[in-house]
Amino acid sequence: MHELSVTESMLAVVLKHAETNKATQVTRINMVLGEMSSVMEESVRFYFEILGKDTIAEGAELNFQRTKLRARCGGCGKEFEVVEFDFRCPDCDANKTEIISGREFQVESIEIN
Amino acid sequence: MEIEVLEGVFDANEIIARENRSLLDARGAFMLNLMASPGAGKTSIIMKTLEGVSGDLKCAVIEGDIAGKVDSEKIAATGVQAIQINTGGSCHLEAKQVNTALERLNMEGVDLVIVENVGNLVCPAEFKLGEDLKVMILSVAEGHDKPLKYPLMFSESHVLLINKTDLIPYTDFDIEALEDTVRKMNLQVEIFRISCRTGEGVSDWTDWLKNRVRG
Repeated sequence: MHELSVTESMLAVVLKHAETNKATQVTRINMVLGEMSSVMEESVRFYFEILGKDTIAEGAELNFQRTKLRARCGGCGKEFEVVEFDFRCPDCDANKTEIISGREFQVESIEIN
Repeated sequence: MEIEVLEGVFDANEIIARENRSLLDARGAFMLNLMASPGAGKTSIIMKTLEGVSGDLKCAVIEGDIAGKVDSEKIAATGVQAIQINTGGSCHLEAKQVNTALERLNMEGVDLVIVENVGNLVCPAEFKLGEDLKVMILSVAEGHDKPLKYPLMFSESHVLLINKTDLIPYTDFDIEALEDTVRKMNLQVEIFRISCRTGEGVSDWTDWLKNRVRG
């Protein structure tokens, strides 16, 4: 449900960069969306169609690259893929891990005319 | 032509969250973001928390709801300053709304600001508000299988309050299984078992909170 405001923010980022680069049209938006982000790709597509209307991004192709959830152990430094949200280090029993990918929703690049 | 952007969609919100943080730091105030599904007991826990810390901490409450001001009136009736934010249909609070509320609050001498987020286990977890502590509630009636269904909320919260423990005898709720699952998802989580109805466990939570705010 929060995809409405999330898509608004995404579009704002896209239009800001398109305008800075004096674009007349945005043809493609390349995004990275983490596995653990609660943003749903289908909802972003749905809202984008409505919000993008009458902007230079109308009709742009949305490309999502999905990233796996990965973490780094705060004890031994091991980097590992988090399976079923189990954040425990496979090698040691440190009680601190840091997410290194899988949480992001970022606009990587845009293709413009 | 391809233009590199490399900008996070949540960056705009996070910039305002950092402003909130500086505003609170300048006032020496601590902020708690309380999240849970509708009916888990957010307002009841706030009332119990205010009671438990009264005399030690001066509090203010920011109430986020889609509509109405039932909750802020309930809080204000206890004499604690409360501000209602109506999100008008939005399922979560964003840093900007909290920023406006912080500007409206009289922050004189306030030690602890409690923000009651909109009732929802999904969206509020994505939006930083500038809080010191994310606290979530799971009530017994919701079932012990929720962590893997709402992983972001359970893995991001610093504190899990398991509320309505007085109902456990009447349900199949497996509190040990719940805690085991959450501890794998969130290695540093603090868990408190409480019942707002009987008052059981409430002082363990409020004593811990007092130390955190004072520390």
